[in-house]
Amino acid sequence: MIDVLIIGSGIAGLEAACNLYESGKEIFLLEKEKNVGGNVQNWDTLFPDGKNARDIISYYMQEIQARQITTYLNTYVTGIHKCVDGTFEVHTSRDIVFKCKTVLIATGYSLFNAERKEEYGYQIYENVVTSADLEKRFAQQSKNQLPNGKPLHRIAFIHCVGSRDEKSGNHYCSKVCCITAVKQAIKMKQLVPDVEVFCFYMDLRMYGPGFEEKYREAQEKWGIQFIRGRVSEVAETLDKRLQVKAEDTLAARPFKLEVDMLVLMIGMESQASTALFQKSCGLKCADSRFIQPYQHHLDSNATNVKGVFTAGACIGPLSVFDTINHARSAAISVSNFLAE
Amino acid sequence: MNPKKMWNTYQKEIPENNLYYARSCIRQNFFPASEFIFLDIMRNVLGKYVFDDPNHTTCTGIGYHADVVPFDTTQTVIARQFSLMTEAGLENIAVSCVTSFGLYTEVLEMWRHHPEQLERIRKFLYKATKREFNIPKSIAHTSDIMYSCKGFIAEKSKYSLINKDTGEPLRAVEHIGCHYAKMFPSNVVGGAEFPRVLAGMIESWGGQVIDYPERRHCCGFGFRNYLVQANRGYSVSNSQKKFESMKPYKPDFILTNCPGCAMFMDKWQYLIAEMEGETYDSEGKGIPVLTYEELAGLVLGYNPWDLGLQIHQVQCEGLLDKIGIEYNPDLKYADKDGNPLPLPKKPDILIQ
Repeated sequence: MIDVLIIGSGIAGLEAACNLYESGKEIFLLEKEKNVGGNVQNWDTLFPDGKNARDIISYYMQEIQARQITTYLNTYVTGIHKCVDGTFEVHTSRDIVFKCKTVLIATGYSLFNAERKEEYGYQIYENVVTSADLEKRFAQQSKNQLPNGKPLHRIAFIHCVGSRDEKSGNHYCSKVCCITAVKQAIKMKQLVPDVEVFCFYMDLRMYGPGFEEKYREAQEKWGIQFIRGRVSEVAETLDKRLQVKAEDTLAARPFKLEVDMLVLMIGMESQASTALFQKSCGLKCADSRFIQPYQHHLDSNATNVKGVFTAGACIGPLSVFDTINHARSAAISVSNFLAE
Repeated sequence: MNPKKMWNTYQKEIPENNLYYARSCIRQNFFPASEFIFLDIMRNVLGKYVFDDPNHTTCTGIGYHADVVPFDTTQTVIARQFSLMTEAGLENIAVSCVTSFGLYTEVLEMWRHHPEQLERIRKFLYKATKREFNIPKSIAHTSDIMYSCKGFIAEKSKYSLINKDTGEPLRAVEHIGCHYAKMFPSNVVGGAEFPRVLAGMIESWGGQVIDYPERRHCCGFGFRNYLVQANRGYSVSNSQKKFESMKPYKPDFILTNCPGCAMFMDKWQYLIAEMEGETYDSEGKGIPVLTYEELAGLVLGYNPWDLGLQIHQVQCEGLLDKIGIEYNPDLKYADKDGNPLPLPKKPDILIQ
């Protein structure tokens, strides 16, 4: 019987797999996509120091290959069932049933679909993009101009798209969007020095190491303008620019702004598979629809189902380094459980 | 626009038959034929049953939004309309005015969240009138119903919204009343950001919808703006903002589903032309403003003068000529038997 079945091979699943392997556990990795790496594959650089995201993925791929950890790609879980003896049967799309002593869920998050915030015009107006789209453009080293070849003069970023937002049903903060906007805004200024950059925010939550310093640098060194206020609607002008209506809550006035490109800082949502796990094995979820940790402080990797553990952003939005730390602690929790 | 977009999920069930018709207080003054045309199309073109009840009253919307009618009174008046509907043996209510539609929806939402309030209103109504009522199975604005029937109307249409000289679709600006879509977006066709209710009609009947920057901006009709004379400058400035935004797109006509929007967007063009010398079409004649019933009537081949188009401030002959609609200019101001009526005084501006 397998000691640990890890569902998801993003950085959380990969980090936990390496640690559990080192402690002598028999492990299998399941991945629904055709590649390992999860959401980090879609990013160009990582805050706060600009580390190349592809280097992180390459590092983990080497580590997994060196340990010859069995990985099933293109395999998604259809149900987790707890047996009478406390072990688990995990059913998959391959018609294989995995029998294991513990399950480690490392399914991460899905990106908010910005089309749901229709007032911002994503997939309607060609120059409205998401933070993930922009990251791909950075990674592809696209020419820093609009698709129609026109140069960029003015860009706006909208924070909290699909986060802290009652309309989209997501009351929680996605944690990383503020610093990602700062990172991407600086990158745009580095690529196109003359471009004007505006960031529309509710609050700036610079909670991590180096974040506040980066925010200060964005203002002082790069002249990026941060406006405290929500954008109410976006419309396209005749020349394909974007008219943004917003309120500057510090100046207490509404205003209009025309920009060449609008970047929506999309938040994180619970994976669809979480609801499946909830249904098949009674896993408890928080109001945010992410998995509820058994104890936030002393046992954040355990769940209400004995033998089912979590690693990474399946419990809620986490940065890359928070995810890696959470995955390491998951490996310790699982090892301790198996030693009991 | 891709029809598979997210806002298409904002759909509602729209009854097309056995309707209790709630008229608007003001439409019969501004656009006198629109409600008649709705009834005529529903009954005589589409063969539906619509009960036009002479006993129903105002919904109190104007007084309610002007803070002179208490909400308990408004709810009781609306409860009386529901009792008339119940008495008629009907379950579906078709509302002609967007403010009434918004208010009926607001009242039902109130009762859904506060059932004790519903019981209070039942007691008030019974005490005042000895009437009882059922909650309607559905509430639809009449533009919803026209939207729902747009395919049947297209099948029976005599004209398409095509420029007969160029063969190009006519370019239409649609304007949705705020009380239709912005209060309860989930109760309207297409939601608040990209409502489909008028856009769907325009496209079904051959036209092209213009998406312009101030598409969602209020026309300025807001009751507090126009009821207080000193605030009317604020009202006209809102309409002006819309006109300036749509002007570069060269629209052939404006289509609205709100009594106030249709009236103000029509008449403010005259005011702005008089005050500023500014018109928003290329020929200085203004952009015609139509109600959805009038547009349906035009494509179905109704006589434009039976639709009341001669009552509009911005005259419509240019639009009729573009579509190729036949009309007799000599009967523009005539009674139902064709006898000439006194001609209105001609203004110096916006003349066709």
